[in-house]
Amino acid sequence: MEFQLPPYSLKMMLPELFLFGWALVVIAFDLVSGRKKESAVGYLTLAGILIAGGLLAFTGYGRGFGNMFFNDPMARFFKIIFLGAAFMAVGSSFGVLKERVRNHRGEYLGLILFSTVGMMFLASSQELLSLYIGLELTTIPLFVLAAFYKDNKLSVEAGIKYFVVGAFSSALLLYGISFLYGMAGTTDIIQMKINLAITHLTFKSIGMTLVIAVVTMLAGIGFKLGLPPFHQWVPDVYEGSPTPVAAFLSIGSKAAGLVAFAKIFVNGLSAFFGPEMLPNDWGQLVAIMAILAMVLGNTVAIWQTNIKRMLGYSSIAQAGYIMIGMVAMNVYGLSSVAYYMFAYMFANMGAFAIVTIFEDKTESTQISSYRGLSKSEPALSLILSIFLLSLAGIPPLAGFMAKYYVFAAAVEKASSPNGVTWLYWLVGVGLLTSVFSLYYYVNVIKQMYFSREDSPYKIPVSAPALAVIVICLIGVILFGIWPEPILQFAKDIPASFGFLAR
Amino acid sequence: MDFPILSTLVLFPIVGMVAVMLLPKDAHGAIRWTAVGFSLPPMVLSIWLVFDYFANFAAAGTMAYMEGPFEWIPSLNIQYLMGADGISIPMLALTGLLTTLSLIASFGIKVRVKEFFAFFLLLEAGMMGVFCALDFFLFYVFWEIMLVPMYFLIGIWGGPQKEYAAIKFFLYTLFGSIFMLVAILIMYFTSEPHSLSILTLMDHGPTLTHTLQLVCFCFFFIAFAIKVPVWPFHTWLPDAHVQAPTAVSVILAGVLLKMGTYAMLRINWPMFPDALRTLGFWIAVLGVIGIIYGALVSLAQKDLKKLVAYSSVSHMGYCMLALGAFSSVTAIAGCMFQMISHGLITSALFLLVGVIYDRAHTREIAAFGGLGSKLPIYTGIMVFFSMAALGLPGMSGFVSEFMIFVGAFGALNKVLVGIAVLGVVLGAAYMLRMVQNVFLGEFNLARWGDLTDINGRELVTVIPLIILTLFIGIYPKPLVILMNGTLEHLIGLMSR
Repeated sequence: MEFQLPPYSLKMMLPELFLFGWALVVIAFDLVSGRKKESAVGYLTLAGILIAGGLLAFTGYGRGFGNMFFNDPMARFFKIIFLGAAFMAVGSSFGVLKERVRNHRGEYLGLILFSTVGMMFLASSQELLSLYIGLELTTIPLFVLAAFYKDNKLSVEAGIKYFVVGAFSSALLLYGISFLYGMAGTTDIIQMKINLAITHLTFKSIGMTLVIAVVTMLAGIGFKLGLPPFHQWVPDVYEGSPTPVAAFLSIGSKAAGLVAFAKIFVNGLSAFFGPEMLPNDWGQLVAIMAILAMVLGNTVAIWQTNIKRMLGYSSIAQAGYIMIGMVAMNVYGLSSVAYYMFAYMFANMGAFAIVTIFEDKTESTQISSYRGLSKSEPALSLILSIFLLSLAGIPPLAGFMAKYYVFAAAVEKASSPNGVTWLYWLVGVGLLTSVFSLYYYVNVIKQMYFSREDSPYKIPVSAPALAVIVICLIGVILFGIWPEPILQFAKDIPASFGFLAR
Repeated sequence: MDFPILSTLVLFPIVGMVAVMLLPKDAHGAIRWTAVGFSLPPMVLSIWLVFDYFANFAAAGTMAYMEGPFEWIPSLNIQYLMGADGISIPMLALTGLLTTLSLIASFGIKVRVKEFFAFFLLLEAGMMGVFCALDFFLFYVFWEIMLVPMYFLIGIWGGPQKEYAAIKFFLYTLFGSIFMLVAILIMYFTSEPHSLSILTLMDHGPTLTHTLQLVCFCFFFIAFAIKVPVWPFHTWLPDAHVQAPTAVSVILAGVLLKMGTYAMLRINWPMFPDALRTLGFWIAVLGVIGIIYGALVSLAQKDLKKLVAYSSVSHMGYCMLALGAFSSVTAIAGCMFQMISHGLITSALFLLVGVIYDRAHTREIAAFGGLGSKLPIYTGIMVFFSMAALGLPGMSGFVSEFMIFVGAFGALNKVLVGIAVLGVVLGAAYMLRMVQNVFLGEFNLARWGDLTDINGRELVTVIPLIILTLFIGIYPKPLVILMNGTLEHLIGLMSR
């Protein structure tokens, strides 16, 4: 059978369209099968994600829809991360599907897929409004997912909190975008970059308006990334949400926020960075937020007794590290952000997968209930330790490579002739707090290994969860020792921001 | 291409670790002998390296057995580059020897045997790697990779306060490492073309501005000084030593502390000669403070193991004094001698303290007395090593301290060196006090009546150390020849 693709090249969008359709199929299948086929629905979803990944491989680079939809290396790289996060979240959800969301399996999985579609749209959009819509499509399903245990107070609290904060931050973002539109007269990011510079040079008076736009947009995206002072929702939402959802949130939603940040700030507002074009150096503002994130995330995490809250604070801190690469604003910086996210995905999803299956069995997320686990579950404990050490940045795991790359980006920028020397402070804080972070990651290892008692728990591992854990383990070790292929891929990303590839 | 000897040294223990992990959990005998079996080839190979280097390369002091540079992560110019010269080869041999001895000494471990030996082999791989790596990134990876097994070894099999000691060690060392990481990044980005090779950067260091040299020097110094440990960075050491199981203390004292001084000699000193000239004197001062402080604190100890631990602070102070006198080949050679001899003597002391602790379940000096009559062989060996530690002529400790003082006296402030010599007197005081209280005096028959003397397995672990201590003490010349070429080369770099 042959048919002609429309001139606006739907082919570019094939993975997204497919995944959207598949989400409907999953929901329908669950309904038609009388909500009885717990694992079949899950496997169906996993298959859909894999097919979408395959389609992504066949969708070449290019652009469509009047330059609103770009398939560039950056989009593809982050789409892989989004699909990977969705795959691992679904893979570790089988226990939850079996016990706790019995009546809404299709919706649960469908919403994860919808959210993934939103992220993928976001990664490709090169225009402020479609970017905003992508971000909304990402977060609205997540509000529902966070409140999915509807008879659990914490989960409902998480959902409401996430919803209020999320809606508010979206409004802020939109408000900031409206200022940008007012000054640039376009929502196309590349055109906007040119227009803004011209407007600024002509009138010399857009400074204040630009500052308002920058601050509101930064607040909006800061909420999504959980950067202080907009971080308060993170631990509560992580604690209350179903654990796989928290995992998905920590990777997918964060990567989506990063993409939005990169597109608006690093690309759109790049002219207003550094001494060339004052008074709007948003880099320092972001640096302060990053410092706050690293200090606050890493210190407060030390006091947590609940592993999900601990991972919540750790994700705040990790966002801080990623922002170091962002504000470095050089070729290294953007590829390091991408690589960081990639490495973080394996370590974090892996850790969350083990936390999930542990919770499925024991109904506990207290760190103290991991005591002595290394005796009853030696393999699982060892793997969880590896994930945690990767999060802490111990070589030769992927997390170390990621931190190294991010710090290298900042030092490169700082040590270059007439470089941005305050980046040294950022690096200093980052390194120091990474020492703090070791303490709370290792605390879990301490519970598992150093106790003389035996743990009463034997943890059953379902086949999909096992697959997720093994994939993450391979990712953490392989891309720590041999990151070259991913680095090569990530190297193309700055080219997506034309000006950087000089 | 030649046979990759150095990579074998690193990879063999890792293979051993995997092999140990594949064995059944309860097959304790098999696990022990597999671990020892896998530690033997690296030991033999590293000792063979000593003879081979001695015969073929020692005169010129060149970097030998080079592997690489192979592209590892080309995007970041990270290479796989290994090599060994006159200062790393003795350290490699020491590592190989002490690991095997420690593994034999660990046969008494009863709980979680499999994990213990697996972690221990991973530790060996990391240590071997540090002494071979010639690429900064590779060096850093090996430097850090050791922390993980060390953390577990102290934390699982340690004493009552093991958790505190383990995390303190981990955090302290990591804190130092981050400074090293910054310095590495600065070196990388200021060099043109960007490079991480220690050999290439050797020529780049002196071209930096004085301020930048000072910054990089200090950053590297903090990382390495914590490892040594130089006073005032030493506070992790007594905790780690006292809580760690015997074998781990041996490795900690015998190899890990030397990594600090080795790295200074390999990286810090030759790479930043200007900064060295500015700071050399103050480093010697820190060394002298360490000597005196360590010795005084040792005098006050009630616990045998703590006494040996603090004596390490004092002994490593001699190394720092020698490094402060960087213009003298004798002093630097003395530093290398001290590293080796301290590695032999203190390791033996820790092994011996472990022997008595296994039997008496206490290390309190005051609890003993008159053991000489009950445990003659043990007493003889312990007294031998106590004498070696206080620098009795004829043993390796005397040679190294003598060389250090001779070298430093010519190169440094004479008053400073004079104060340092007092450390020898104090060293004699704490060692003799210990010998007197533990082995002489009245024997408590009711309490220690059924103590048994040192057994064959434990003898196997200390006899090689006795032989080496005596050999170096009586005939140090081969070791001088082994290192001399390399040291001349390094001094040349330092005096640029």
